[in-house]
Amino acid sequence: MSDYVAGMSSDAKNSPKRVVFVTRRTSAHVRSVDEEQVQTYPEALFRAALAVQVLVIALVLLSLLFNAPLEGIANPTVTPNPAKAPWYFLGLQEMLHYFPPIVAGVLIPTLLVVALVVIPYFNINIRPDGVFLKSRRRNLTVFYIVAASLSLFLWFFDVYVALAPTLMVAGFMLIAAFSAPQSPDRFRRYLVSRPVSWWIMTWFLLELAVLTVVGTFFRGPGWSWVLPWRS
Amino acid sequence: MQPRTEATLGRLMASRLWKSIFRSGRGTSTLHRSMAIQQSVFLHILPAKVRRRMLNFDATWYLGTLTLGTFLVLVITGILLMFYYHPSVPQAYADMKDLRYVVSSGLFLRNLHRWSAHAMVLLAFAHMFRVFYRGAYRPPREFNWVVGVILLLITLLLSYTGYLLPWDQLAFWAITVGSNISSAVPIVGQKIHFLMLGGNQVNANALLRFYVLHCVILPLAAVLFIAVHFWRIRKDGGLYVQQSEPAKGAGEARVSTEDSAQEAVAKP
Repeated sequence: MSDYVAGMSSDAKNSPKRVVFVTRRTSAHVRSVDEEQVQTYPEALFRAALAVQVLVIALVLLSLLFNAPLEGIANPTVTPNPAKAPWYFLGLQEMLHYFPPIVAGVLIPTLLVVALVVIPYFNINIRPDGVFLKSRRRNLTVFYIVAASLSLFLWFFDVYVALAPTLMVAGFMLIAAFSAPQSPDRFRRYLVSRPVSWWIMTWFLLELAVLTVVGTFFRGPGWSWVLPWRS
Repeated sequence: MQPRTEATLGRLMASRLWKSIFRSGRGTSTLHRSMAIQQSVFLHILPAKVRRRMLNFDATWYLGTLTLGTFLVLVITGILLMFYYHPSVPQAYADMKDLRYVVSSGLFLRNLHRWSAHAMVLLAFAHMFRVFYRGAYRPPREFNWVVGVILLLITLLLSYTGYLLPWDQLAFWAITVGSNISSAVPIVGQKIHFLMLGGNQVNANALLRFYVLHCVILPLAAVLFIAVHFWRIRKDGGLYVQQSEPAKGAGEARVSTEDSAQEAVAKP
């Protein structure tokens, strides 16, 4: 008999159940997890309604305290300096400052969307093992090459805003690489157990946050560096 | 609740009219409560039962629910704003002034729409990262993650198209900066730019196009994909549960459910 892979059915009547075929010379060991369930109505729906009510109260308070911005009527002949996109695109606009539009405006966003879409279809994002625990030597080599070339690339183009988060994540990955899974330090144990997908997403989250904050608050006329508290 | 009110409500819910509208009828039994979900066109995309521990705040932080909440606020305030808004130049900007100084609560209405829009973008991103860090995109939930990415893009486009509508300097130049990027696409860049704006620069045509996208096409797309998103939660076996997490308070919860069932039977 060939080996069978454990799988999960998606249309089981109640809760999804794992089905496992036990191969030869293995003792059958059934561990059934009977999960407690409650009725969606009213248990889940009332909680959802409560959450939305709290949200609406917060939004109403915000709307009573702060007014939406409204500037002068649109005038194509008067360009404000700097002209900024909505806040969630300011990370990209910050990139536009360093790279040509084809790279920062087309290539990076397209790659981002594609990368997000394909996440669940690659086993590297499904495996839960710490990145340096299995095939350590190979993963360390790949990490050194990727981290060094990415940092050099950003340094070469003077993208210090993106370089700082990259170095930070690389630093923590180094700590993870040289910590034992049984380290007495809780934080180190946590870092060791992080899979590669976790590191990539955390790097992306950090870049997104830093670039957006810099683009929103620290950029003034001619996209020069300004301090928001000294304006 | 007052006994009298309760009795009136009970009579209403037992009436023919009520039963003709809500097929589930009246009752607190598990059957009735399952039917309340299954017999409603709006709720049947939800599962009739959910895992108790997924209702805990730490399980989801309710980020998906809250994102939907902002969307509902935006639909309601958006429809009200449409009553006062003309997508034409320069009337659009005059309408902003009217909302601020003439329309009753117009300022509050616009504030609520604006801040809810920012909140929705923020919550959609937070929801995505939270789902990722919990590993809830794993099989069999791959496609629902993809639907989520589509919804994130729709959210960004909704916010972006709405950004132009006030027709002030902020709106005009933000859209100018954003739309210029599309010109960088190889070969078809200029065509895309023209198609998007209905001209070579942001003008009255662009305002009308963005208005139609913002008020009709994108909200419809959002509703469609939200429905698929929720339906897939049910089809994929409910919200994702981390195997390592112990099921908290499972025993005592079961007892309380039985209690309420007996209570329901005991009631006249």
